[in-house]
Amino acid sequence: MSRPADGAPVLEFRGVHTHYGPVHILKDVDISIREGQIVCLLGGNASGKTTTLKTVLGMVVPTAGDVLVGGESVNGWRTADIVKLGVSMVPENRRLFKRMTVKENLEIGAYLRSGDMSADYDRVLEMFPRLKERLGQRAGTLSGGEQQMAAVGRALMADPKVLLMDEPSMGLAPVLVAQNFELIQQINEAGTTVFVVEQNANMALSIADYGYVLQTGRVVLADTAANLLANPEMRRAYLGESG
Amino acid sequence: MTSIDLRRMLRWGWMAGAAPVFTAAVGMLEAFDDRPLIYPVLSLGYLMLLWFLPIAGYQASNTPVLEGMEAPPKGLHNAAAGAFAGLMGGAVLSVFTVLVNAFDMRDVFVSFSARMVELLTWGRGVPGGLAVTAGVPAVLGLAGGLMHLMSPSGRRRSILAVEWVVVAALLGQVISQVLRQIRLEAAADLMFTRRALEWWAAVVLAAVVWVLAERTKGGMGRMRERLFAADVGRRTRNSIWLAVLVLVFLIILPQLLGSLLSEVLANVGLFLLMGLGLNIVVGLAGMLDLGYVAFFAVGAYTVGVLTSPISPRFTLEWSWWAALPVAIVMTALAGLLVGTPVIRMRGDYLAIVTLGFGEIVRILFLSDWLSHTFGGAQGVQNIPGIPLGFTTVSGVGPEGVLYFALFFVIISAWISWSLQESRIGRAWTALREDETVAEAMGINIVAAKLNAFIVGAVLAGFAGALFAAKVGSVFPSSFELLVSIIILVVVIVGGMGNIPGVAVGAVVLIGVLGGPNVPGLLQEFAQFKLLIYGALLIFMMLRRPEGLVPSKRRSRELHSHELTQDAWLQKGGAFTGGQDGPGGGRQAES
Repeated sequence: MSRPADGAPVLEFRGVHTHYGPVHILKDVDISIREGQIVCLLGGNASGKTTTLKTVLGMVVPTAGDVLVGGESVNGWRTADIVKLGVSMVPENRRLFKRMTVKENLEIGAYLRSGDMSADYDRVLEMFPRLKERLGQRAGTLSGGEQQMAAVGRALMADPKVLLMDEPSMGLAPVLVAQNFELIQQINEAGTTVFVVEQNANMALSIADYGYVLQTGRVVLADTAANLLANPEMRRAYLGESG
Repeated sequence: MTSIDLRRMLRWGWMAGAAPVFTAAVGMLEAFDDRPLIYPVLSLGYLMLLWFLPIAGYQASNTPVLEGMEAPPKGLHNAAAGAFAGLMGGAVLSVFTVLVNAFDMRDVFVSFSARMVELLTWGRGVPGGLAVTAGVPAVLGLAGGLMHLMSPSGRRRSILAVEWVVVAALLGQVISQVLRQIRLEAAADLMFTRRALEWWAAVVLAAVVWVLAERTKGGMGRMRERLFAADVGRRTRNSIWLAVLVLVFLIILPQLLGSLLSEVLANVGLFLLMGLGLNIVVGLAGMLDLGYVAFFAVGAYTVGVLTSPISPRFTLEWSWWAALPVAIVMTALAGLLVGTPVIRMRGDYLAIVTLGFGEIVRILFLSDWLSHTFGGAQGVQNIPGIPLGFTTVSGVGPEGVLYFALFFVIISAWISWSLQESRIGRAWTALREDETVAEAMGINIVAAKLNAFIVGAVLAGFAGALFAAKVGSVFPSSFELLVSIIILVVVIVGGMGNIPGVAVGAVVLIGVLGGPNVPGLLQEFAQFKLLIYGALLIFMMLRRPEGLVPSKRRSRELHSHELTQDAWLQKGGAFTGGQDGPGGGRQAES
């Protein structure tokens, strides 16, 4: 929360529209994420959260508007090229390569990088000592928490500038959810910008610098996390307060 | 009577009847009766009829040993259960015999003949022979049940002895051929006087195996230990020695086998080449390609058209060596051409579309439209062999083809192996596991898939080029859908994603049973080849889906699974970060 928010924008949406066939998903979305920030995108089911992340990675191409990574428009780029700019994702439900070992999963994370990756490898293992014991084990046999570690580790192996996290708390026990958000802060403090998509608004806002609320593809609220937490409308709609 | 599982007994008894009835009904009994195996006791027909009964007898009373429970005591009840299952099988077989004898159903079931009834009653007819029809299975079931009473080593010895005798009898022709080749004609004549193993030779062989069985026990384990020794230097040295040994063996093999067997092995080589290629596409990249034969056809036709002096369109009469690179380029192009439109498809859709492409290619080669280039149904003929300066390798001397096939197999295996271990191999595996996430990790899935298609196609192209030189003519009918399916079966039965597995699959299926249009060692089975393929495939899918030789990854998976369980047990059965925290609903919906 205390991080300076004056860095250069590393990820920007400028009036982005997307469609699946004729169906209008994102409608004139403007998002700006500055270097060093944790930004969260909140919203209910089918509000367009996952589509937003897919748009960043070029897996969904905007029908209008621009997506900028590091100030450069990446419209129509191939996913691999966007990943190369330093964007890396922890997918929803973790989705490890279940039949590959933990080590192989980590290696795939660094797929696009050449040269020596041992520093990142050590860093990831230092962050998740549990994974060290599990390196030779098939990822599908890990427990939920360990899978989360492996998925985050896999994304960090790419040494990303921006880490995208799709619903990191989904399907995890409450204890792990809290751990998870601590972890996000920790990663952020080490210098990585984090863009996290969540339904768990309370948790997400408690660590974020800035938040956007998406409703049926439209950004309906955009403010600092502190303001959003205090916003009565927000409290009623998303933070589970009645009245 | 303790611990007889009645349902289990009835189930195996029923199967003990169904198996021989099925064997007889498809005509195997009659067809194989004139092929003696062990003179004068056993013919192949009776082996096929009855082999299942001892197994059923054994299984009928085989109660599984449960961890943490006392093993159920073995006793005469095991034998009784075996005999009962056998008798039940015999009863089913008897009823079948009576029915076949009473009603003439030859219009529908062509093999339900008087001869079959005679064979089923051991020549004694109905009803006189029915006691034998039911009795022999009962005795065999009893024998199976009695195996429970043997010591483990005795059981091992007797099973091995029976296996060796059966294999020696089945491969009698091969063995006598090899014996002749190493100038032991006398032994060959003595052992195989009447196209079958003499009964005394069978007894001697069984005795020898019985005695030696315990000595070889653990031999494989020791070898594995040496090959996978912890010390890297020693391991490499041992692997190199093994490779040299295998190579020397393969080099002298054709001389030892003579041309008939070399022919069989050359065919194994061709299918192994294709199997290796398909293994990359299906086993590594996870794309089910049912039109794989198309690339084999493109390779063969390219070589045919370029080298044949009576090629329909142009008489270039290139040498095989000049045509080979062109064939490689053409198959790579074909891979690109087929791969590009299907790249976005997954699973079933991919399978159906590639199947269609395979047929399109065959029909194009067959068509009138292209017949001035590819000769239509006449195909391309008079394709010369492979010139080597001092000699020409062609189908006339299958030993030469075998050497070539070996050479290409080694190259292809090396290519497969290094690709598998490389970056692109890792990308393929990730792709197979989860395409979307693989893409998000920055893997260019279009390129990775096309690469798999192209490499697979080129390996089939090698096989096609060799095939053209070996057979000397290519026809569209050599490239039917069945070939694609057989190659797929080779890969699945052997062990998907695994090079030694594919090799074992090719040897077992193509070498022993024979492939489409090519004979195997057991030529007697040619007529029933597809039936046996199907049965084997079903059995493998049910019982051993990882294939005959499971890949390293697969066995590691199983192993690591055990490790997890062990760790879990040691921790007292509690995973950390369990699902029992307070306020469990908090993270759910916003």
